[in-house]
Amino acid sequence: MSLCVCVPVCVPVCVPVCVPASLPSSGVVKAEDYTLPVYVDRRDVPLPEVAFVRDLSAQQRALKEKEKASWSALSADEKVELYRIKFKETYAEMKKGTNEWKTILGGVLFFLGVTGIILIWQKHFMYGPVPHTFSDEWLSAQTKRMLDMRVNPVQGVTAQWDFDNNEWKK
Amino acid sequence: MSAALLPKPQMRGLLARRMKFHLLGAFLVSMGSAVLYKFGVAEPRKQAYADFYRNYDPMKDFEAMKAAGVLESTQCKC
Repeated sequence: MSLCVCVPVCVPVCVPVCVPASLPSSGVVKAEDYTLPVYVDRRDVPLPEVAFVRDLSAQQRALKEKEKASWSALSADEKVELYRIKFKETYAEMKKGTNEWKTILGGVLFFLGVTGIILIWQKHFMYGPVPHTFSDEWLSAQTKRMLDMRVNPVQGVTAQWDFDNNEWKK
Repeated sequence: MSAALLPKPQMRGLLARRMKFHLLGAFLVSMGSAVLYKFGVAEPRKQAYADFYRNYDPMKDFEAMKAAGVLESTQCKC
């Protein structure tokens, strides 16, 4: 003698499964939620595998019965209700942008500011003086030597110097 | 539903339209940047070099450098 049970495999479809009654357990392992097909709102999946609302209320079940008759008998609100049973968001709602970019931009700027404060603190409190080769006298002597050597005479530093008047070109 | 139906959206040729747009855009951007570089950087540089060497006298430059004292192999007691 066997035990016949109707088991939901895909949510709307119940499949009868016959199992010998001699097995000690209830017969069939209950299908876990995560093994069943899921509803997903994706722009490239227009018809998801299951409807959005899984367990219909009595009112919704009555509406589903009415859906089996002629659709022109349905009012506009009923059509919308049927849509909302089947789908969670419309394409317009799915594609709607968020204000997330403002949060991200604010966060980025904030942390840039924190980094700036850290760098300023370091320069003021931590670092020693710069090498003497950065002093104004040294830099002018260095530049004069570069001009004497005619460094980059075509487009570079020597090209900006006016040798006749001993000054930078205007 | 409301009395006025939404206009039927574009159903076909979506990839073709996107490809056309992006192919044209990529072509324009790459050609544009090449042209900008040529006429913004390359040509002025060639012109600058031509202008520099048109009337360049290396001996005069050598004398100037020698006088300034930057050449180790010469001695300038001036």
